[in-house]
Amino acid sequence: MSKRIFYLILLAFSLFIYACKKETNIQEAVSTFLGFQKPSNFPEPVYKLENNKLTEAGFLLGRALFYEPRLSRDNTISCGSCHIQTSGFTQHGHDVSHGIDDRLGSRNSPPIMNLAWNKTFMWDGGVFDLDLQPISPITNPVEMDEKVENVLLKLKQMPKYVTLFNRAFGTDEITNARMMKALSQFMVMCVSANSKYDQVMRKENGQTFTTDEQAGYTIFKEKCSNCHSEPLFTDGAFRNNGLAIGPNNDQGRAMATLNPRDDYKFKVPSLRNLSYTAPYMHDGRFLTLSGVLAHYAEEVQATPNLDPLLQQNGKLGISLTADDKLKLLTFLKTLDDKDFVTRKDLAEQ
Amino acid sequence: MKLIYKYVIAIFSLLTVLTACSKKDDVQPASANKATLSLQFDNIVGDRNLQLNTGTYKNASGEQFSVQLLQYFISNIKVKTKDGQEFTVPQDESYFLVKESDGASQFCKVKVPEGDYQTLTFTLGVDSLRNTMDITKRTGVLDPTGGMDDGMYWGWNSGYIFFKMEGTSEQAPIDPTGVRKFRFHIGGFGGYSAPTFNNIKTVTVDLSAAGIARVRAGRESNVHFLVDVMKMFNGKTNISIAANPQVMFSNYSVNVANNFSNMFYHDHTEN
Repeated sequence: MSKRIFYLILLAFSLFIYACKKETNIQEAVSTFLGFQKPSNFPEPVYKLENNKLTEAGFLLGRALFYEPRLSRDNTISCGSCHIQTSGFTQHGHDVSHGIDDRLGSRNSPPIMNLAWNKTFMWDGGVFDLDLQPISPITNPVEMDEKVENVLLKLKQMPKYVTLFNRAFGTDEITNARMMKALSQFMVMCVSANSKYDQVMRKENGQTFTTDEQAGYTIFKEKCSNCHSEPLFTDGAFRNNGLAIGPNNDQGRAMATLNPRDDYKFKVPSLRNLSYTAPYMHDGRFLTLSGVLAHYAEEVQATPNLDPLLQQNGKLGISLTADDKLKLLTFLKTLDDKDFVTRKDLAEQ
Repeated sequence: MKLIYKYVIAIFSLLTVLTACSKKDDVQPASANKATLSLQFDNIVGDRNLQLNTGTYKNASGEQFSVQLLQYFISNIKVKTKDGQEFTVPQDESYFLVKESDGASQFCKVKVPEGDYQTLTFTLGVDSLRNTMDITKRTGVLDPTGGMDDGMYWGWNSGYIFFKMEGTSEQAPIDPTGVRKFRFHIGGFGGYSAPTFNNIKTVTVDLSAAGIARVRAGRESNVHFLVDVMKMFNGKTNISIAANPQVMFSNYSVNVANNFSNMFYHDHTEN
């Protein structure tokens, strides 16, 4: 009898210990901020992480700022308004970005994705440092139409931000540099590297391409990868891909360099997460990927500075059969990163 | 025993060498006494004092205009004595934004060693290095927080605006806001990822004719410049408001910058 009681007590006690242990484990998992982690199939980042040490508090402040409508003149537009997570951090369904007072921009909002590897920002590459990038949408009259100094005044009046800045930087001071560094901390954490493609490349979870995906990958490597180079699926260069000149005669890169040889060149966009980021091109002129492939196969125009890769052997464009296109579309789907567009830590809280 | 003695001598001499080295580093420069040198930028238009909004002036193209806003960066100040001794003001203390609307901003005060200076060099604009520095190094007048109206920074094409002048003229076409306004926003540091034009102007002035700067502790030597903004319009290229009412980030801005590097006239020095 007493032996039984002893065993019962022992059992209860071990359950107790087990319960305790479990609890501490859960707490650890919640409070562990992993910081910036370079995916093993990615190159070294370009962003100078040594000038902006990533911390959990900095990231949380950056996330709050990213979703803060006070960044705009009338407190209606946040960064997240035109960079929506579920749309791969673009503005789904908008050809050009839709800003304050229903004003329209002239370009399609690009994704906040893998920016730590970007050498330049914007379609024309006018901005060369991620820490300086947010100034552009904040002050642009068709986006947020606000002054950065006003934003700082608004934030200073909110105890929430005084606390968040203090946690991130050690004092209550709210400055432009701190705001920009925190926004960068959030943005460089927006890493998309968990698509099926990535898992196949890293040999994770026993993932392999299907026959069609593999066939599409082979076509991709032969016909697309010169510009959309792996693993970021962009070479970061500025190229004219032969789009017919739009009604607003957007000269792209040349606006930032004033070099006529840059006329109509735009930054090569990544091919990751295309299922979430329609429409496509700098002005969002193509609603579907079939439209994009039709452009490359049949509609490339010989405008000034057309990329040499799109005019080989006296022929414009890329030769693609109907079957090639289907296989390419199948392969491109493997670049969708469901985890990236649903991750809770990147969402508005 | 002998060997130990040798070692002792060796260590002793090594120590002597080391202390000698550290001693040498401790020697203070002779010109440690620093005093204030003030550079005054007094904006004029031709023969007249510049009066914001109310004054009207006529440029070489025969266009009447008035000025509503004028501001420009002065940076990287350097002084040189008669016998060639040069002192460069530490860069972090050497950026000033001169605004016509703010009298105090027209005096750029720096600390330099006591001495008699015959040559003064400064930059109109912001050097390319600072244009590409980490945002934490962009404090004070370099903090890119200004808005589209009075800011001195281009957000869409990263870089400082060096010189900004806006005003009205009957010869300017009506702009989208319904006024006849001209706007000159001149910048361009040469480009970061691709080469572009460079409008950074270095101005060197010989002070000997109108008075050298005698910098002494307890006094303030003030080098008084007259800055003739008419020279921005009239120069190698006569800038016409009617033909170029908006000059911003464009190749034409090089003509404006070539003109405005001649604006500075050393009138006198108060010692």
